Amino acid sequence: MTKQHANWSPYDINGGTVVAIAGADYCVIAADTRMSTGYSILTRDYSKIIQLADKSVMASSGFQADVRALQKVLEARHLIYQHQHNKQMSCPAMAQLLSNTLYFKRFFPYYAFNVLGGLDSEGKGCVFTYDAVGSYERVGYSSQGSGSTLITPYLDNQLKSPSPLLLPAKDAVTPLSESEAIDLVKTCFVSATERDIYTGDKLEIVILNASGKRRDYMELRKD
Amino acid sequence: MFRNQYDTDVTTWSPAGRLFQVEYAMEAVKQGSAAIGLRSKTHVVLACVNKSTSELSSHQKKIFKVDDHIGVSIAGLTADGRVLSRYMRNECINYSYTYESPLPVGRLVVQLADKAQVCTQRSWKRPYGVGLLVGGLDESGAHLYYNCPSGNYFEYQAFAIGSRSQAAKTYLERKFETFTDSSRDNLVKDALFALRETLQGEKLTSSVCTIAVVGVGEAFHILDQETVQGLINEFEIVGEEPTPADETAAPDQGSGAAAPGPSEDVAPMDI
Repeated sequence: MTKQHANWSPYDINGGTVVAIAGADYCVIAADTRMSTGYSILTRDYSKIIQLADKSVMASSGFQADVRALQKVLEARHLIYQHQHNKQMSCPAMAQLLSNTLYFKRFFPYYAFNVLGGLDSEGKGCVFTYDAVGSYERVGYSSQGSGSTLITPYLDNQLKSPSPLLLPAKDAVTPLSESEAIDLVKTCFVSATERDIYTGDKLEIVILNASGKRRDYMELRKD
Repeated sequence: MFRNQYDTDVTTWSPAGRLFQVEYAMEAVKQGSAAIGLRSKTHVVLACVNKSTSELSSHQKKIFKVDDHIGVSIAGLTADGRVLSRYMRNECINYSYTYESPLPVGRLVVQLADKAQVCTQRSWKRPYGVGLLVGGLDESGAHLYYNCPSGNYFEYQAFAIGSRSQAAKTYLERKFETFTDSSRDNLVKDALFALRETLQGEKLTSSVCTIAVVGVGEAFHILDQETVQGLINEFEIVGEEPTPADETAAPDQGSGAAAPGPSEDVAPMDI
């Protein structure tokens, strides 16, 4: 007799795409606001982005219930850190915390595909990209979620290396200006929205820089 | 208060129906340096006197932020106060996590009081030797509570605890009726005046005191030294001559037996 399997799954897939790009003195984190299940849309106006600390912003796609649970855990842990150290967590510290938190549930994972963006202690943009169980790496840019397969090759083309002559291709913060990076992000999402059915409705962009945090919105195709 | 045969254990009643260990714990609070709290309809101000063991050392931390909407100032064994602050912070974080809303002050205070009560009814524990002035804001407005080692708690318009607190209480008793509708700045000013009363002639400067504020639209935070000194100068609060109020209050200082002396008599762990 074959093993009995569950007739339900603890997970669901809510779709959506997230992107982050690190600049010399800024970081751009963006996500669409569509939340789906199966072939249906649950809502066109759900934020996947959360500010965890002064200089750390996380965007997550996957199963939004797990994403929300993960966000709450990190928020609580950040409060504890602030009480103990009398200061905000740095972005690299938050990156490690996120990794540990994810691995903590290695055998019943958070179905969350995260991208953490912010400014490091020198004020330079930083982006960390994760898998569902906490494997992470600091990169110059990243994309996760249903549209990531469409966006990542485009970002590789635009951002991978300062010069095509420089080999091996180095992954560093982009020399692009803040507004150029924002335009690039908008282009990514407009393109992804065309072909990925789970990406669309509205684009939410968060920009972190020395002057603080800014939030921008842009309409996307709703079909 | 003098030693007798019923005071060794917190679990031993005296024939008069008293728990002496608990009362001795409240004595520890009176020995600590002063802490003051006042509230209006929209704000709570906590103030305390900074006393350090010697000129070479820094002063102990007596005001703790518990959450954005709650802060606490302590008098007595500061180590006990630190531990209780950690407990309060934890409770606030857990409540926020579960209910995604701030823990109402009254609930926190009850939990704290219940925790203190446990230590009055276990033979292997001792009561916490710290009094806490808990100031916070919730849906029902601004609140100031006093939690004592006995496990009792009371809500106040204004209160002072610690050494020479009677002088501050006398000042507060005169002025408390104006506090409810007081502006934030006037409330801070009253806190500074009350604090000055406890200094008994010593000059009030920002290095001697710590002030913290929480209010509508204002998260709990400790005012920095410059701001406090600016306020002291602005309100022209100087402590040269003791006012008549002090002279009548002086004999009432401290407990039944010998009045507690200044810092030299205080055990190193009590600030």
